[in-house]
Amino acid sequence: MFEWLDQVFVLLKHWLVSFLPATWQPVAGILLCVLTIICLFPALFAICVLLERKGLGRMQNRLGPNRVGPFGIFQPIADGVKSLTKEDLVPLSADALVHFMAPVVLVVVVFMGFAVLPMGRNMVLVDLDAGLLFYFAIGASTELAVFMAGWSSRNKYSLLGAMRAVAQMISYEVPLLLSSVAVVMITGSLSLSKIVEAQNHYTWGLPHWYIFTPWGFAGFLMFAIAATAETNRSPFDLPEGESELVAGYFTEYSGFKFALFFLGEYVGMLSISGLGSTLFLGGWSSPLEALNWVPSWIWFFSKLLLSIAVFIWMRGTLPRLRQDQLMNFAWKFVLPMTLLNLFVAGLWRFLGDGWERWVVCSAILIVAYILMGRVGMYREHFGPRRYRYAE
Amino acid sequence: MSFAFYLISALTVAGALAAVLLKNLVHCALALTIAFAGLALLFLNLDAQFAGFAQILVYIGAVAILVVFAILLTRGSETPKDGEIFSRTWLAGLAVAAAVFAVLGWAVLGTAPMLPHSSPAPHVTVLQIGNALMSRYVLPLEIVAVLLTAALIGAVMVAMHEKEEKQ
Repeated sequence: MFEWLDQVFVLLKHWLVSFLPATWQPVAGILLCVLTIICLFPALFAICVLLERKGLGRMQNRLGPNRVGPFGIFQPIADGVKSLTKEDLVPLSADALVHFMAPVVLVVVVFMGFAVLPMGRNMVLVDLDAGLLFYFAIGASTELAVFMAGWSSRNKYSLLGAMRAVAQMISYEVPLLLSSVAVVMITGSLSLSKIVEAQNHYTWGLPHWYIFTPWGFAGFLMFAIAATAETNRSPFDLPEGESELVAGYFTEYSGFKFALFFLGEYVGMLSISGLGSTLFLGGWSSPLEALNWVPSWIWFFSKLLLSIAVFIWMRGTLPRLRQDQLMNFAWKFVLPMTLLNLFVAGLWRFLGDGWERWVVCSAILIVAYILMGRVGMYREHFGPRRYRYAE
Repeated sequence: MSFAFYLISALTVAGALAAVLLKNLVHCALALTIAFAGLALLFLNLDAQFAGFAQILVYIGAVAILVVFAILLTRGSETPKDGEIFSRTWLAGLAVAAAVFAVLGWAVLGTAPMLPHSSPAPHVTVLQIGNALMSRYVLPLEIVAVLLTAALIGAVMVAMHEKEEKQ
């Protein structure tokens, strides 16, 4: 029964495809999977937007949307209708073709990332040998879409936002890649399904997720920081900082094109959360051996929504960074730590199975973290905070 | 030669031609990106996954962005008023391009008879590429790494020098 529930979507696909002649079956199967991804993630996007508006409202002591439907749960539908019926304005001096292509490229590229994410047992669209490489290659192309949007609008705010976004995304792509490389080193494979399989073992009922190792914990933290910056989320939302740049690179977009950028941002968040859970949180494997009977896809999507909740929480809590703080943080703190983490992952691999490797690896990482923090503080001359106007 | 091959080649050639013929520099850079994407698709069409993804990661993710940044930070992206797309030295440029093409074509045509025609295409996985890089080709890899590090340090030195002058 539970096994059937675990594979229900795979069986459903096989059952639906079996109505077609044999030659069409592979193509139809792929089309069906693609359609599912294209329908499922915008639906999740709607839920995320509602959760975000409600959650942020609660954090800021207000109610959030509460007019459309009971508790405002139909708000995303109203938003969708609104953005579809609004006039689509294109500035007179804008570069019409590039202006039109930018949101399309962004959304297409963002959706392609899901092709290699394993969303449950046997639930991956294409199990590529170099899946992780594919993901990062596709992810690198979003920068170009952002640049196209900012440049083609012929608006200073847009261009500034695009330049900020591209600089930020390039800077944080390096730690994003390097923190994932540690996982590849330990697993010995770039295939995301193999990475999940490698974490799907249990000792005393507890899982072997990479986050429960010293290098994995450090790697996950740095991956999460880099992923937040990569998706332009608060506290790294300089490219679209409302108080500085109107709306950053999509200032000149209205109607459904604006909705596409919005969709791209949230689907990008879902996608990078999926990658993070695949790499460090065991993908679709359950957090306790005793809970293995729960279908694997439930675990994957729970981890996804949990990450979204953390994203929302951070947005409600942290103030925005300044541009120089952003760059210094990326190049002077996160990057050296990821490089050290690669070394620690190598040590972990070759120190054997004993308890020594836990002590050695944790000690190296903690000492480095404290030292770098202290040296950085000393260099910046951080002392007790004094308010000039209060003296 | 399948239909997909012709489609991708047409895309690549069109992108490359547009990169040369368009007047707006940013449009040229974007067209060049299309050509890069076409090349990556050609690699994938040949079952060379690693080369294809590396092409996307490096050329679209880094080189195209670098080109665009260079255009924006140096000459500005305005379209020249009296658009003259051919430079004065176009004849010399054509000669150099033809010479390079001739050498490459000669080299490719020269190696073709040496390859056995009947053998099936080898199935190379990323794992094999990694093993080869880490064992047989480790010295070239290290030399490239040292070279890139030197370039990186050089770039940092250039940037730091400017900062001192300002102060």
